[in-house]
Amino acid sequence: MSDSTDEVRSYTVRLELVDKPGALLDALDPIASNGGNLLSIFHERGNLTPRGQIPVEVDLEATPERFEGIVEALHEAGINVIQAGAERYSEAITVVLSGHLIKTDLSDTVSRIQEATNATVTDLSLSAPEGTEAESEEPSSARIRLATEQNATQAVIDTIREVAEDKSLRVIEPLGPGGDL
Amino acid sequence: MRLAVIGAGAVGSSVVELAADYGHTVTAYADSQSAAIDAGGIDVDAAFDRKQADGIVGDDDPAAAVEGPYDVLVEATPTTLGDAQPGFGHVETALETDRHVVLANKGPVAERYADVRALERDSAGSVLFEATVGGAMPVLSTIADFDPEQITAVRGVLNGTANFILSRMGAEGLGYEHVLAEAQDMGVAEADPTFDVDGTDAALKGAIVANVLSDGGNEYTLADADVEGIQDIEGSALELAAEDGHTVRLIVEVVDGEVRVGPRLVPEHAPLAPTGTRNIVQLETEHAGRLNISGRGAGGPETASAVLADVGRL
Repeated sequence: MSDSTDEVRSYTVRLELVDKPGALLDALDPIASNGGNLLSIFHERGNLTPRGQIPVEVDLEATPERFEGIVEALHEAGINVIQAGAERYSEAITVVLSGHLIKTDLSDTVSRIQEATNATVTDLSLSAPEGTEAESEEPSSARIRLATEQNATQAVIDTIREVAEDKSLRVIEPLGPGGDL
Repeated sequence: MRLAVIGAGAVGSSVVELAADYGHTVTAYADSQSAAIDAGGIDVDAAFDRKQADGIVGDDDPAAAVEGPYDVLVEATPTTLGDAQPGFGHVETALETDRHVVLANKGPVAERYADVRALERDSAGSVLFEATVGGAMPVLSTIADFDPEQITAVRGVLNGTANFILSRMGAEGLGYEHVLAEAQDMGVAEADPTFDVDGTDAALKGAIVANVLSDGGNEYTLADADVEGIQDIEGSALELAAEDGHTVRLIVEVVDGEVRVGPRLVPEHAPLAPTGTRNIVQLETEHAGRLNISGRGAGGPETASAVLADVGRL
């Protein structure tokens, strides 16, 4: 791994927002205006933190230097940062799974992958032509995007293969690390 | 050069037809039942007419064609697995009598590479097999020119039938069975497309590339390859890939002494995502980055052109 400070990395920031209009936008502004590239926002509107606020998880890319500026700007804007950069995800992996995803319990599939590795599922798209009834006999597919630490992609893919084999699912893996070939 | 062409399928017949254009004379031409042999050059048109009318190329014995008067044996019989017979036997006879061999048949170099090389060492003849990987594309000769030691990885799409099916499924949102039937109607897929869609054909080419890269080190056969085909791949998998700017291709990968064939996610506009029956090979080199070679990976005249290029290299 390079120690260079101008290398762009991926970070996950957990924030707590007060439940009022515009709060999310106010939280994103310090990220964008300090050179962060927003990758995804997970806004759990239905959940509340113990302090009665709404938890938000933001994935972004920035250089380590800019990332410090972003966290500082969030604090200055009065936004509650619960966790910032503790886990440094720098590789994204996308795989497609096909088969009896629903019948074999997709959420269990995802949890097993996350539990066995240090990867986090950042995006999941399901295509089930015949609906998502648990008893559906028709095969379906899911595209799963995971964030993981650098140099851990092979271990994550190996785990996905194991879990998929267990459930007789077909895995379409990316070509090369990160699938950028 | 005087050529003995063994095998009268699309490739063998194209070699016979085109040989004169390249300055060569066909002195023997055989299918599995019959042969035409003439030390002064066979009557090519007569052989084609006989094949068309009676299903034989001439009145001679096919075994005599392999023994007969020639400088180069062109082995273009169908690829067989395991002992690679009868192709391997033809190679053996030619080399034992100190003649050259040019292969279009993958069997001998995919399944018995070490045996072929051992026969070649004891012979005054040489063996070339450019046509076995990527049809008309100069894949093996480029690897040889670069020096196998300078190549760190080879990745490619080496089966036009599988690529046609995947690219049609991706572009039209059609199901596997539907596109396969369409490919059979168009003549892109054979009546029995098993070896194309189950990855066997691509894996044989991967094994040949691995043999060339290891340069007499480890020997690779089909059994050493990790192979997954594209049969019954879900249309929904291609749809999801497309939503994310990707597509699915049957990729052959030879890296670090491993041969792997399987459907993989590749960026939609990447070199490794050709459309239709087109083939591509990407060489990763030690000092010169990636090198892409693309073109027609199958077909009679296309593959024959690679055979005749090999004859020219002898």
